Amino acid sequence: MWENLFSEGKPGALDRVDGKQKVTGAAKYAAEYNLGNLSHAVLVESTIAKGRIKNIDTKQAERAPGVIGIIHHGNAPKVPGYDTGDNPAKPPTGGEPFRIFQNARVYFAGQPIAVVVADTYERALYAATLVKTEYDKDEHETDVEENKDKANRPKGPRFEDYVRGEANAYKTAPVKVEQEYILPIEVHNPMELHATTVVWEAEDKVKVYDKTQGVKATQKSIMDAFKLKEQNVQVIADFVGGGFGSALRTWPHVIAVILAAKKVNRPVKLVLTRPQMFTMVGYRPYTRQRMGVGATMDGKLVGITHEAISETSTYEEFTEGTVNMSKFMYACPNVNTNYKIVALDKSTPTWMRGPGEATGAWALECAIDELAYALSIDPVQFRIKNYAEMDQQRKLPWSSNFLKECYEKGAEAIGWNKRNPKVRSMREGDWLVGYGMATGTFGAGRGRATAKATLLADGTLLLQSAVSDSGPGTATAMVGIASETLGLSPSKITFDLGDSSLPPGPTQGGSTTTSTLGSAVYDICIALQQKLLEVAAAKEGSFLKDAKFEELSFKDGAISRKTDSAKKISYTEVLKQSNLPQIELTKDSQGGDERSKYSMYSFSVHFVQVHVHSLTGVVRVKKAVTVADAGKIVNKKTAGSQMIGGVVGGIGMALMEEGIFDHRFGRYVNNNLADYHVPVHADVPHVEVLFVDKKDPYTNPMGTKGLGEIAIIGFAPAVANAVYHATGKRIRELPITPDKLI
Amino acid sequence: MRQFTYLRPSTSKAAIDALSKDPNAQFIAGGTNLIDLMKKGVMAPEKLVDINNLPLKEIKKQTGNLHIGALALNSDVSENKLVTQYHPLLSLALKAGASAQLRNMATVGGNMLQRTRCFYFYEPSLPCNKREPGSGCGALEGVNRMHAIFGWSDKCIAVHPSDMAIAMVALDASVLVYGPKGNRRIPFQDFHRLPGDTPEKDNSLEKGELVMGVEIPDGPFTKNVHYLKVRDRASYAFALVSVAAALNISGKTIKDARLAMGGVAHKPWRLLDAEKALIGKPATEETFKQAADIAMRGAKGFKYNSFKIPMGKNAILDALKTAAAKV
Repeated sequence: MWENLFSEGKPGALDRVDGKQKVTGAAKYAAEYNLGNLSHAVLVESTIAKGRIKNIDTKQAERAPGVIGIIHHGNAPKVPGYDTGDNPAKPPTGGEPFRIFQNARVYFAGQPIAVVVADTYERALYAATLVKTEYDKDEHETDVEENKDKANRPKGPRFEDYVRGEANAYKTAPVKVEQEYILPIEVHNPMELHATTVVWEAEDKVKVYDKTQGVKATQKSIMDAFKLKEQNVQVIADFVGGGFGSALRTWPHVIAVILAAKKVNRPVKLVLTRPQMFTMVGYRPYTRQRMGVGATMDGKLVGITHEAISETSTYEEFTEGTVNMSKFMYACPNVNTNYKIVALDKSTPTWMRGPGEATGAWALECAIDELAYALSIDPVQFRIKNYAEMDQQRKLPWSSNFLKECYEKGAEAIGWNKRNPKVRSMREGDWLVGYGMATGTFGAGRGRATAKATLLADGTLLLQSAVSDSGPGTATAMVGIASETLGLSPSKITFDLGDSSLPPGPTQGGSTTTSTLGSAVYDICIALQQKLLEVAAAKEGSFLKDAKFEELSFKDGAISRKTDSAKKISYTEVLKQSNLPQIELTKDSQGGDERSKYSMYSFSVHFVQVHVHSLTGVVRVKKAVTVADAGKIVNKKTAGSQMIGGVVGGIGMALMEEGIFDHRFGRYVNNNLADYHVPVHADVPHVEVLFVDKKDPYTNPMGTKGLGEIAIIGFAPAVANAVYHATGKRIRELPITPDKLI
Repeated sequence: MRQFTYLRPSTSKAAIDALSKDPNAQFIAGGTNLIDLMKKGVMAPEKLVDINNLPLKEIKKQTGNLHIGALALNSDVSENKLVTQYHPLLSLALKAGASAQLRNMATVGGNMLQRTRCFYFYEPSLPCNKREPGSGCGALEGVNRMHAIFGWSDKCIAVHPSDMAIAMVALDASVLVYGPKGNRRIPFQDFHRLPGDTPEKDNSLEKGELVMGVEIPDGPFTKNVHYLKVRDRASYAFALVSVAAALNISGKTIKDARLAMGGVAHKPWRLLDAEKALIGKPATEETFKQAADIAMRGAKGFKYNSFKIPMGKNAILDALKTAAAKV
């Protein structure tokens, strides 16, 4: 079975290599390193949204039992990197990261203003309640709707207004739809709380166990902030309990723990509370979008106009590709987009699964659906009619695009053509039944990574790279790729990750890990084969003398000629006969110029059947079919799980997730998992995952494209479109809660 | 760490003695709400009197009623044969509450005594008259989507979160109470209060009184009953509105009816006028609609919760239809 892990047309389903550790509790997360002499940190938060700290009184807290130290802007050691402009804890696109404890300013409610360190967590927690703060309060603004006139175009060419053909051409079309769509704040809320455990091993040497999606990126941030050498900063993230983007940055609280550990001269652990997960590690920003779409009577798109207003903090500029999909997705001669953000007294948003594109697809894919209904054309057929044969924005051919196959597969699986296409025509008792679909897309990127391979005399292979795994099954995928490429049983392969001292790996974000790191693994396995051949052929009398690499087969841990599989030499024998204890190789890997010749995207199509209660407005997703064109699928089991996870997130986005502010106080009023709803099991139906599973010829040696983002992009509009089909009611403000359907 | 003393008495007498001696003491049973409130700093008892050793778990059929001990677990009550036989509405309501894990810990007494889930109540740095009398009502002009449409005052618009209590009030249960002045019996209907000018007081228990159990009188509502909970997700969410409906149908005529709502008021909201409108009428959609209209009379919502009025009407109709359809 293992040799078929990603061969064309053959499904592979290697079990998770770390599955047993995860389900038995052996897997260690950032909060689980109980180092000797460990102390515990609790953050004190600002209760106002804007102003200055007038006075912070820690006397009573300092006298509380067990307290070791309290750090705030009045006594915090300097963070050397803060003064050099080296941008520690890099901002997303612009501005200056919030400099924790460096001045008295309050930028948002829930801002960490002090950290209390004590010998136990409970004592630190109690002492934190004794810190008394007085503020000079300023008027705050936290509502996008109240401030949308103050929105500006972000700096930089990426955000310039885009016009292809004529702007607002949709207005001239015989049939048009003009609507606004609102997406509320969504909060990542991975199950694992953000946690950081820090130990200073020497005056200038620190070890940090952190929840991060990028151990190298966090290492770099810490190096920059504290002016430390690379070899003196080690970041460990052996396991990450979900991230969805919240762990893509080195947030200020990480700097706070490092400062605290230095100051108290002991290892310190900080675990954010659930409410702090709402204000300290980003969120998907509130976005209002205006769509104008128009088509000819026979259903050819005439124009698309896509405008978005979103939010950022007052200290950093966060931006995302909200309007991008409209630029290239459909064959349309006239497209114009406009993207603005407004700075508010809130913490900075950050990328959340399918960043920007998930927000943009919510508007575009609803508008396309509305236009299809206005034209009385089947929404699937309408999309196929306007299928873009090439990237409309960059005028480049797709590296691969199997969208039409996705539409076909999904429609068949859900029984699309068996539905009554008429709105509000299907019923089961008091439940209205509806079908909807929508499309998603995300760039199929590839970055740079280094992998190290060590083939030992006993025939086992150790692969290493400094990547984090936030849950998709990185090690499993890499073992699969190595097994397939090298011709070695997966049981003999180990993949080490989660340690910044390993050869540099990529940050896990933007659906690129398999493409980036997998290519490095592929490359090093090929290099290893070449090295094995070289060693074997050098041996006196070897049957591989003068053999060409292309003529050989590497299979079942042995080398043979393709023409004569009976005569072979095992990898262990190659090492043994040359008295080599091991072969060790390190290789850097990145793509060539293929990205300037081809437009590379993954695609998804989601189909859902919903039931909407005609009296109470309750919506239930009863069936979900999700189809992905993500190139070659390396592991159908873990890839399938990732798609299901996207659907679960999509159900949350569509039906229940919403970070709610009381703008009078500039604060969340549902910052916990009882009031901020994510789907429970009962909300999630059986999810059917289908893959096109065809190699992309250009993306990378395996022919894979990314998967993580497209799993959620387009799901929420599919649900909204199904709700329309069921009820005849367009809900253009997420989430689609029962009150909106009464 | 905030210190508190902890006692685990084995008699009810010892329990109420322990409590009445100490102005800042609290009983604790399942702890599914009190522990949260302590963690949030909303409540800070100096003494916890753990009543789990008291013999109050029993569910027994007595002449004329069903007795349920205050310490019977929500999950046990919901599955109990006597409960499903005599009062299936109560079982349905319990199963609609919280999550399986919480129901395994929460007790009947604790369920009744749980506090509102109003966010402003839970956040000590925001105003709330229930938590801190005189500080103002944060919800009145704030985010009040989950709040009351009946019986509120300008001091408090919070709702009682219990599902179980809605069935109890519909079934005319009584609360058995034991305290320094002896035993007394409080009709469930009068157990919880409206906020008025003293929203800090959730119920009519006197200081030191302990809920020993509830008694539900035998009734005819063993078949045509339904508990409908309309919520934002399929489980583990508080009600937007909920309806406990119980009908006694003979032939096609409604001989007796009970109707109560949750998620709409500071207490379980019994709908006596709507019940009257059902009794003696044919069990038809027309009758149910009329009752639903009557039920929602006098409802008044706020900026974010006015949807509860039409939703409540529809939920009553749905609950009655579903109850009537049971065979």
